[in-house]
Amino acid sequence: MVAKQSGRNRGGGGGGTAAATEVSVEELARVPLQAILLADSFATKFHPITLERPKVLLPLVNVPMIDYTLAWLESAGVEEVFVFCCAHAKQVAEHLENSQWFAQPNFSVTAIESNNAVGAGDALRLIYEQNVIRGDFVLVSGDTVSNMSLAEALGEHKERRRKDSNAIMTMVITQSKTSPTTRQSRLGTDELFMAIDPDTKQLLYYEDKSDKGTVSLDKTLLSDHPSIYLHNDKQDCYIDICSPEVLSTFADNFDYQHLRRHFLKGLLDDDIMGYKIFTHEIQSNYAARIDNFRSYDTVSKDIIQRWTYPLVPDVQFFGNSSTKLDRQGMYRASVVGQSRSAQVGPFTVIGSGTTIGSQSQISNSVVGEGCKIGANVSIEGCYIWHNVTIEDGCQLKHAIVCDGVVIKSGVILEPGVVLSYKVVVGQQFIVPAYSKVSLYQQPIKQDSDEELEYADSSTGFMDASSLSGLPDKLKEESTIQLSESQLQAASEVGSGGVGFIWSTSEGSHEEEWRHSVAPIPPAKLLEIMHTSNNELEVVQQDGNLPPSGELERDSVTANSNDYDDDDVDVKDDYEFFENEVEATFKRALEENIKEDDVILEVNSLRLSYNLATADCSGALFYSMMKSALSAPHPSPSDLVKNAATVITKWKKLLKYYLPSIDEEIEVILKFEEMCLESAKEYSTVFVQILHLLYDKDIIQEEAILNWASEKEGADETDKLFVKQAEKFIQWLNEASEEED
Amino acid sequence: MPDMQGLVNELIDKLKKRDGLINGLSFVLVLMLIRWQKGEGITGTALQTAELLRSVISVQKLPPTNKAAALINAVRDVGEKLIAANPVGEPLASFCQLSVGNVIRRVLHIVREEDLSPSSDEAGDNEEEITWLRDNTAPYVAEIIRPPLLHMLHTFSSAEEKSKSYIFGRSRKLKNDVIEAINMLIEDVNICYELIAEQAVEHIHHNETILTLGWSRTVLEFLLAAKDKKRSFHVFVAEGAPRCHGHALTDSAVFAMISRVNMVIVGVHAVTANGGVIAPVGIDMVALAAQKFAVPVVVVAGIHKLCPLYTENPEVSLNDVRSPSELLELGNFSDCMDFGSVDGAPLVHVANPVFDYVPPELVSLVITDIGGHKPSYIYRLIADYYSSQDYVRYGKDALL
Repeated sequence: MVAKQSGRNRGGGGGGTAAATEVSVEELARVPLQAILLADSFATKFHPITLERPKVLLPLVNVPMIDYTLAWLESAGVEEVFVFCCAHAKQVAEHLENSQWFAQPNFSVTAIESNNAVGAGDALRLIYEQNVIRGDFVLVSGDTVSNMSLAEALGEHKERRRKDSNAIMTMVITQSKTSPTTRQSRLGTDELFMAIDPDTKQLLYYEDKSDKGTVSLDKTLLSDHPSIYLHNDKQDCYIDICSPEVLSTFADNFDYQHLRRHFLKGLLDDDIMGYKIFTHEIQSNYAARIDNFRSYDTVSKDIIQRWTYPLVPDVQFFGNSSTKLDRQGMYRASVVGQSRSAQVGPFTVIGSGTTIGSQSQISNSVVGEGCKIGANVSIEGCYIWHNVTIEDGCQLKHAIVCDGVVIKSGVILEPGVVLSYKVVVGQQFIVPAYSKVSLYQQPIKQDSDEELEYADSSTGFMDASSLSGLPDKLKEESTIQLSESQLQAASEVGSGGVGFIWSTSEGSHEEEWRHSVAPIPPAKLLEIMHTSNNELEVVQQDGNLPPSGELERDSVTANSNDYDDDDVDVKDDYEFFENEVEATFKRALEENIKEDDVILEVNSLRLSYNLATADCSGALFYSMMKSALSAPHPSPSDLVKNAATVITKWKKLLKYYLPSIDEEIEVILKFEEMCLESAKEYSTVFVQILHLLYDKDIIQEEAILNWASEKEGADETDKLFVKQAEKFIQWLNEASEEED
Repeated sequence: MPDMQGLVNELIDKLKKRDGLINGLSFVLVLMLIRWQKGEGITGTALQTAELLRSVISVQKLPPTNKAAALINAVRDVGEKLIAANPVGEPLASFCQLSVGNVIRRVLHIVREEDLSPSSDEAGDNEEEITWLRDNTAPYVAEIIRPPLLHMLHTFSSAEEKSKSYIFGRSRKLKNDVIEAINMLIEDVNICYELIAEQAVEHIHHNETILTLGWSRTVLEFLLAAKDKKRSFHVFVAEGAPRCHGHALTDSAVFAMISRVNMVIVGVHAVTANGGVIAPVGIDMVALAAQKFAVPVVVVAGIHKLCPLYTENPEVSLNDVRSPSELLELGNFSDCMDFGSVDGAPLVHVANPVFDYVPPELVSLVITDIGGHKPSYIYRLIADYYSSQDYVRYGKDALL
């Protein structure tokens, strides 16, 4: 029997062994693909959470980030991974041990621990010293989520290397448009400018910290390369395929820390050894790095939407428990205690062992394992990690809630809140927007200048590593420590709460909304829009661009005939602009568009026609009056009524464009002009409408009086309406005198 | 799969040690499956599963009594883990899972059959098991699934057999028989293409026009076999978007062309117990168009694709939804997916399901290795190839 069995085994494996020998011959010729995984971001963007746990172990849709990266590397054919751990190195190593990554055949994971690295540069220098990298390797950080196949990029890299040994690095990029208003990508990173040679795909310029969206390219680039594409719609995936020379470059330049800011720019600017960097653009695959809370939110949503397939919750790759996909992107673990009256909305993940009370509503959120959610709780766009208790009647919006947090009943979390590990929020407490709550007190920081960030982060992490022993201490000496912190922190997060609210320094507060999990509030967007418009205006006035103000226009017509054409153009432009505004306004009426949106559109029109705010107010008023005119009006009094309704409805819009008296006068002048020319119907009711405008606070008396006095010396024909309004003006004059 | 044998050996080592096995085992299995499925498809997965189970059985140490139960338990152990693993792979993740389940059930059936054969020495255990099943199975399951007749017969006559077993003694080795039978199963799976293709001439006639969708090796070999026999016929190949394995006719043109088609021949992922089929997306549309014009829809599938589950079963009814990037590029839609500037809810949601369920009414004929069958006959075939005890679903709430 024994003989028979072994014979069968051989028979069964016959094909396999033959194939194996073939491959082993091939294998002799090639080096196993290696990867360096940086399990430390060397940044403080995830503070205060990262004080207690390394970023790579934070759960992303209920699976630690590093598992996504490792699962991808494994499936992409990487055979050897060196995991560089620095902050909380012990925890990372422990996680790797427990998660069986060490136990896999044909995929070896080695943890390299270090306590004094302050940046990626130190990490790479350490690995260089260890002499473990034998050939081309993949350099990623442990917060990368991707499903791309490395074969193509690797093939391109090797091919280039064969032709030119100076091509030491291939960067993976993907398409992603940056928002024109906020100048940041969907991952919350700053707008990135890259100049790429379209033929060779060589990277020539890289700038992710551009000042106000301007870039300056070296002239020699243009002379050296026949064509250059300058992109601002690409996203850096932070996946690099490197040759060993990259490591030696880091070793030679001991001041390099940051992969992009120092190394990449160093190579591009200083032309070290003639090394070149190339790009590889991925089309249909997914690759993104979690750099800040915004990208945490975006990548989580991408995972739920299955862009990262097969790394999705309902497919078990590594370390996640079995979850089923229901309709509309709802993922539910097999053991979930959900009340019948609870509503779990679309694109939500519920971990196993979680219970949800009656009448609770959850949408667009991720809820971890073993959470207890009470009744009447509303959760929208939140990331709730494991073993969190949320009592009845809480309202959570766009928040991150870490493990073991207790939220007492009636608490409201405003958008962008981060509650770090084991925080307790007291009853009925309202946690203000964008605040971060931790059991640790905020380390006192020097002002974080951009250049100091690295030094800062290093001290931050030294703090972290020294603090990392604290949780245990906390448990041991809980009576002393906790009561102490309770006393101190009680007032900060409500009665019975435990935790410190971290204050955000003025400088970084501005950035808070940029990088939070909460969507940017529309008011903020408008504000940015405004400031950027103003900036543009400033630029226009500073530069010798064609003048747009009225004064200049007048002077041009008065002084020189040479500019007549120009003037005609300006007038034509204004007419076009007026028509456009009218059309926009009409559309707004028909489709019930919000005022804010109309303002946006009009603003953009104004910019494209290069006109002043006063023109906008004139044009808008014109279109409003037109619309009132277009409505049926059997008698003049009906016309006034029509105008009144339109004006009341869009008062806010008009007011927006009337920041000063000048604009208001402009409106009156415009109206006068209308009555004379395009809309003679109004000529009879001029005074009534003027009165109406005054009543509605759109036009101040000062403006009317100014207008009247301006008209004083004008022709008789021009005075027509002033005369009509004589009584009204008189009344106004008297009123103001009375007041005096 | 160069390293498969190595992996199996490693697994066997672990099995021998039998301690700390649970995690290690499932882990190795997941990995193996991930590897296997790359480019292997359903048939490949079925083969690998069978080979793996053979290795498991061959190293299993059997206690002096209760041999069959020990084997069954061992196979179940592995099976549960394979199913629970829900392996990731290309191109048909969840259907590989179904085919893994099918093979496990087949092997369990083989063990039972061999155990029940007259020469077996442990018929008693089997009786025990059946009563156990009766006691433990939910009543509805017991009602729906009746044990095959043969099985019943043996149960009733088991008392006699018990006395017989003393006569024959322990002369036959159960294990050997099982392994032999699994070898036959592997052989069957290996030659299923030829067996199916042999029947091509009976179905494809001269000057016929045939329509198929996507790409299927079974269909290809079926058509080639007919061509080899000097039949001349036309084939329309619908592309089967979004994977587009076929290229000749857009999917949307199927209805326009179906009136001049004599027969639709498609390959499928699985044939369910009611005779319906689970097939790549688009086939339901083709079948509906065919029904409208009374064109026969012929399904070709190896016997290992017969699945003893009904469509109500969540294992079957859950569709696999793949990445939207097969349909559109994220880069082009990145501004719609910017969660920072809208209210945080996605503006675009792209669903990309993998397969269709075609009800038995729309299927005219199912051609397997052993001949053509009406869909209504599939339940009978299933009774021949699987044991009713194993129909129950695997997983946490399985009745095992």
